[in-house]
Amino acid sequence: MNQDSLAYFPASKLARLLASGELTSVELSRSILERTERLNPQVNAFLGWDGDDLMAQAEASDNRRQEGKALGFFDGIPVALKNNIAIKGSLLTCGSRMLERFVSPYDATVVERMKAAGMLVWGRLNMDEFAMGSSTETSFFGSTANPWDLTRTPGGSSGGSAAALAAGMSPITLGSDTGGSIRQPAAFCGIYGLKPTYGRVSRYGLVAFASSLDQIGPFGHSVEDVARMMEVICGVDPKDSSSYPAPVSPFHAELELALSGGRPMVLGLPIEYFKADGLDPAVRRAMDEVIAYYKGIGWQIKDVSLPNSHLAVPTYYVIATAEASSNLARFDGIRYTHRSESAADAVDVYFKSRGEGFGEEVKRRIILGTFVLSSGYHDAYYLKAQQVRTLIRNDFAKAFGEVDLVLTPTTPSPAFVRGERITDPLQMYLNDIYTICPNLTGLPAISVPCGFALENLPVGFQLIAPHFEEVRLLTAARAYERGNDWHTKHPAL
Amino acid sequence: MEHIDIGYTAKLARLELSAEEQELYSAQLGRILEYFHVLSSVDTSAVDPTAHANPLHNVLREDVAVSGFGAQQALANAPQQREDQVLVPRVIE
Amino acid sequence: MASVDGYDAVIGLEVHVQLGTESKMFTDAPYYFGASPNELTNPVVMGMPGTLPVLNKRAIEKTIQVGLMLGCEIPDVSKWDRKHYYYPDMPKNYQISQYDQPLCLGGSVEIEMDGPSRNVMGEHRRVSLTRIHLEEDVGKLTHVADGSLVDYNRAGAPLIEIVTEPDLFSPEEAFAFLTSLRNTLQNAGISDCDMEKGQMRCDANVSVKPVGTTKLGTKVELKNLNSISGVRNGLRYEIERQIRELKSGASIVQQTRRWDAEAGVTSLMRTKEEAQDYRYFPDPDLMPVRISEEWKSQLAEGLPELPFDRQRRYMADYSLPYTVTSVLCTNRGLSSFFEEAIRHHNNPLAIANLIANDLLRELGVASAGSEIGEGERRSLDSLGISAAGVAELVAMVDKGVLSNQMAKEVLSGMIETGQSAETVAAAKGLRQSSDTGEIEAICRQAVDENPKAVQEFLAGNEKSINAIKGRVMKATQGKANPAVVDQVLRKLLGVP
Repeated sequence: MNQDSLAYFPASKLARLLASGELTSVELSRSILERTERLNPQVNAFLGWDGDDLMAQAEASDNRRQEGKALGFFDGIPVALKNNIAIKGSLLTCGSRMLERFVSPYDATVVERMKAAGMLVWGRLNMDEFAMGSSTETSFFGSTANPWDLTRTPGGSSGGSAAALAAGMSPITLGSDTGGSIRQPAAFCGIYGLKPTYGRVSRYGLVAFASSLDQIGPFGHSVEDVARMMEVICGVDPKDSSSYPAPVSPFHAELELALSGGRPMVLGLPIEYFKADGLDPAVRRAMDEVIAYYKGIGWQIKDVSLPNSHLAVPTYYVIATAEASSNLARFDGIRYTHRSESAADAVDVYFKSRGEGFGEEVKRRIILGTFVLSSGYHDAYYLKAQQVRTLIRNDFAKAFGEVDLVLTPTTPSPAFVRGERITDPLQMYLNDIYTICPNLTGLPAISVPCGFALENLPVGFQLIAPHFEEVRLLTAARAYERGNDWHTKHPAL
Repeated sequence: MEHIDIGYTAKLARLELSAEEQELYSAQLGRILEYFHVLSSVDTSAVDPTAHANPLHNVLREDVAVSGFGAQQALANAPQQREDQVLVPRVIE
Repeated sequence: MASVDGYDAVIGLEVHVQLGTESKMFTDAPYYFGASPNELTNPVVMGMPGTLPVLNKRAIEKTIQVGLMLGCEIPDVSKWDRKHYYYPDMPKNYQISQYDQPLCLGGSVEIEMDGPSRNVMGEHRRVSLTRIHLEEDVGKLTHVADGSLVDYNRAGAPLIEIVTEPDLFSPEEAFAFLTSLRNTLQNAGISDCDMEKGQMRCDANVSVKPVGTTKLGTKVELKNLNSISGVRNGLRYEIERQIRELKSGASIVQQTRRWDAEAGVTSLMRTKEEAQDYRYFPDPDLMPVRISEEWKSQLAEGLPELPFDRQRRYMADYSLPYTVTSVLCTNRGLSSFFEEAIRHHNNPLAIANLIANDLLRELGVASAGSEIGEGERRSLDSLGISAAGVAELVAMVDKGVLSNQMAKEVLSGMIETGQSAETVAAAKGLRQSSDTGEIEAICRQAVDENPKAVQEFLAGNEKSINAIKGRVMKATQGKANPAVVDQVLRKLLGVP
């Protein structure tokens, strides 16, 4: 088996090879480690990894399999995690100086689930600091490169997770999504990325950015991979009161069943999204082709209206920064974070440690979030935004009365050049225009690779489903996958 | 047009900012707030705020104690500690 | 309303009470007093990244029970909010509390003022409450020479905050309020309310206004009132200070002041300008609580009688005097002991007196009528004496088998040995003799030997019979039944 071709096998394919004995987990892990060691200096997807530990886990998996005790379909498959998901005994930096040396004393619930399924949890993937950013350029540990074009960003904040998968450094990765942080990098890197319904996946062990918006989700080379990964990580958790007791069924099987049933779906196109000036012509072209494809398989495309779309970005940024300012208050130089050496008294510890420990974007958002919650402004900003959020929810609820899924571009344009946007925060925020509504409403959404813009830059489209209808999302994605091969294309690294 | 008192807000957030940072943020956040102004254009007087994405209530836990992880682990990442407690510089009351 | 120097005081209290649960409010780490530093911690307690809170059901139920006992309105829905401020004892730099939809609204606490004398019940009145809500406690700071040490054992323990309306009008009323609240909560097993252990804490808001005016003065918040007497003393000082200020022409600035019990003064901590902006908003990590009528009824079922209600019942049904009931009704242990004892032998007064005086003296607590200090309670269990045993002892006295004097000795013996009244009395050879024959013989002798006393008695001096009685008692080593002796003597002397 060619080492490098292994790199791009979808995890499900690798799992079948492990099951049939044609491949061992040790062989797979060794090839992954070699590739990572070789490519990471260029891509900087990984902040760190423990090769010995990965190999030990791989050995254990192979032993289990030999004894006929494989723990699940993905037993022996390595999965690398964004460095804001807690792994016991591992550094949990969140891309920040503030947590540069923080070793987590506990495992996130998703990590417990993956370990229980026999997966090899490894590595720490780069990210925008505290998940705040759309390019992985705010990381204290340097930015990550887009494997398709090393001068460009892989997107953010889960840029490391997307780049690692796109570069074949890990067959599955996990990221987190608060305003598009899985889907946008997925689109920029030509891979699948899914944000589950809010409450599907436990947030216990995910360092909180915006508590009412955050979700952990998978990146994958195929719809099947994403579906099967969802089966591993989804499920209500008594440690996370916001997690929802929705049943977790075999999504990968259900979507195939749905497809074989042959029922055509109705896809809605929000007229407000397609009017947008900022839509790159390549993205617009790709979208036209996607629409043509679905029509071609007998599905219906319909216009829908989401009248409050123009309010989404400000609503998102008010709520996200408010919750972030609160969630990051605990990082103060006192108990377990960076502490400034020049603090004269306790009060100074706070000011200086936080001044030194946080980067520019984080500080900017903390100030904004503190402001919108502060006395005199709370009602006009925070309360107002939460009310508009209800209006946006209602828009989608109404749309889903007419269509099965909503179809949009994932991003207005493909990956931009590193350093190009970082000096204009507002410009950066406007990038999120298509991805933030699923976070505000809690709806599940997936980015599907659908072509390339000039300069070989991937483009993705997004599907949004009603709450807990991940199967519907995955069915439509698979329907597209069956007739297209964008997801099989890989960068020449 | 709203204007953020950066100095006061940074103090509330316990962030020490340099003079340059204060100036930079003042300009950037001013523009951002101006953009946020569009929120006031919509009437939400009859709308309930969305507190939670999911309509859950009474998510409760039985009152059963499980041993903690103890002082050593609690303080493993502490910048400074003494006698099994976190040590901070003098707190002025 | 007791005015001082031409001014009336208006006081509001904020009382925090630790609920005696097994685990903390938002995580399953244990909570108890006296653990070694930072032992009762876990990632959630320490506010580590990625951790989340989960509500403690029993803490919520206890809070609702407190509300039901105090006549509060329990709303249909209650929610949780974040209250932000920075301090080293705050693991997350926000406290999870309740802002606009607390678990209990309104309500009142019955208080008793001092009567004209110790034996006479003082006036009762109800002090209105604003609300009661549930929140988490913070860690503990200890100052050392070169800094401060932080112990997070207490961080996250469940606390209820009871807020009164500005409905108290003297330091003595504040004292009475806290005493009544403590008794009520102890009685219901909600908390021991030991202020020394930090189980109950109190902040006060106080203002003064000229007598006869209605507009409230500027209020000052008092902190560091570390005992119930401290609350009274701190308020007394602060009221006098405010009056002094006003009389000198100055005005009162809204501020927070710290009581120093040793120095006996309050000093400025912070002014209103520096007041905190807590930036409350609903906690996204916690879901609201919906309280059904069914749940409320279930919780109401286990509730005990309130101490003052019980006291009134004892005074009415058992004709017990006020002083004795005051002692019995402050402690559920004492009152249930009493109620069990009277089931075995129906002499409520004697039994009540025995418990309130003799038993409590054995416990090292001041007897009926004087102030029972904080932290002085030990349980009756430690005496090793049962309610049935006490009933038996009183029954023996009632039957004339023991004199009151003998009964005291027998009681000590019962506590020492753990044996029954009968056994101890027999062992000590304590038995009152009512044998008329034996007594008559000794009486005759005493009469013969005390002609002077006899003569005086027959002349009309009632008290002279006591001298003769004394001789008889001495001759019988105190074992003769005094009532029988009296009867026999009068018969011998030919007096009815």
